[in-house]
Amino acid sequence: MSLMTTLVLVAAGLVGATGLILGVFLGVASEKFKVEVDETEAKIRAALPGNNCGACGFPGCDGCAKAMALGEAPVTQCPVGGSPVAEKIAQILGTGEVSMDQEKKVAHVHCQGSCSKTKQIASYTGIADCNDLAVVPGGTEKSCPYSCCGYGSCVKVCAFDAIHVVDGVAIVDKEKCTACGACIKACPKALISFVPYKKKHIVSCKNLLKGKAVKDSCSIGCIACGICEKNCPFDAIHVLNDLAVMNEKCTDCGICAQKCPTSAITGKRVKKVEAKEAPVQEKKEEAKEAPVSAG
Amino acid sequence: MIDLLLIAIKYSLVSNVVLSQFLGICPFLGVSKKTESSKGMGGAVIFVIVIASVITHGIYVAFLAASSPLCKALGLTDGLEYLNTIVFILVIAALVQFVEMFLKKNVPSLYESLGVYLPLITTNCAVLGVALNNVSYGYNFAQSLVYGLGISVGFALALLLMAGIRENIIEGNDRIPRSFQGSPIVLVTAALMAIAFFGFGGLI
Repeated sequence: MSLMTTLVLVAAGLVGATGLILGVFLGVASEKFKVEVDETEAKIRAALPGNNCGACGFPGCDGCAKAMALGEAPVTQCPVGGSPVAEKIAQILGTGEVSMDQEKKVAHVHCQGSCSKTKQIASYTGIADCNDLAVVPGGTEKSCPYSCCGYGSCVKVCAFDAIHVVDGVAIVDKEKCTACGACIKACPKALISFVPYKKKHIVSCKNLLKGKAVKDSCSIGCIACGICEKNCPFDAIHVLNDLAVMNEKCTDCGICAQKCPTSAITGKRVKKVEAKEAPVQEKKEEAKEAPVSAG
Repeated sequence: MIDLLLIAIKYSLVSNVVLSQFLGICPFLGVSKKTESSKGMGGAVIFVIVIASVITHGIYVAFLAASSPLCKALGLTDGLEYLNTIVFILVIAALVQFVEMFLKKNVPSLYESLGVYLPLITTNCAVLGVALNNVSYGYNFAQSLVYGLGISVGFALALLLMAGIRENIIEGNDRIPRSFQGSPIVLVTAALMAIAFFGFGGLI
């Protein structure tokens, strides 16, 4: 046997033997240090939606399932699954009845500045994404600097097909929305936030400019006139920083939405209005839309 | 005896593995966010380095060196030193796997917080560095053991100091300019720590 062959054989044998010994050692060790996978955890994981959206605050559904199995998180932790999933998990854990004390919430885009309500003051030809547009000086194509860009960063991140851009403004499909919060993080203008599913009257404007500047830029923005504040019987809406803001005292009565001269508070048409006010309101709307279509 | 003490002091303080030799930077930056997990990482690295240092020294003396029984029996006058790296890496990888199993079973919380950095001890160049330096410095068994201990304690010390600084001063501090937040300020801090450790230079 030549020296070369010996060298090759010894090298292969030595490395092979080392590997074999270590392999056996690890095999024995893995038997000894075996961790039993929690069966409940696997079951809970199967019951969860599995989108790994992170809305629960844990790193994905696995983390949430683990926390639930250990009792560190309530069975209602998953906002996406809601009460059906919570009930299933409660069955697995054997904790019995579940009360979804938290109200169902959905995302809402606080902007109504569609292409017809605002003016186009610039033309953007860069990457079609709100977050890219937002860093360009000006930050938007529309006359209102606070408005929805309409390039759909929120649409791209939505795993549930629940948000779409219609006429230049993103609109949330309340039925499909699971309140995972992905769109809230994606919006560079911070226009999206959670609102209770049942709430109809929402200030759908984030414009902090003074009244005249708002009027010049958008026909449906909050002009900070304070009429809603004066008419609210519950002290639930206030004009702060030239923008109407609702607080937790709101009973969703809709008076503010009826009185709002620019319809910046949504929900006006959904609620049945009193006979006296109805024609006045319609007239107002017609009058408002007329100059826009003419111009 | 005195030379062992000198090795321990030299490699834990004067030639600190992270701050003077710039080995093992990845876990130094990655696991220094919380003192709790940095303690665990320090412990795991001490274990792996000391054991790896001893075992690789044993393998080297018994099989790989020109003066080893194996090479003498086969008449290989040049030894098998070219197999150092691959055999040492095998040993280190197996040790890290073992530590991982051990922690997963006995200290699951630490296992979770170390995350990806635990298997990455395998590629921590400080570990392989110790094993290879043992050979190139010609250390005997006791010297290898103390060298491994000194290096790994030095690593754990640097990691803990960094974690303390980060936890108390850096993380969540709004006064740090935005462009410096995150990794940049940590690297600047590491540089200042390295300069501070330079002060140990006259010790030996």
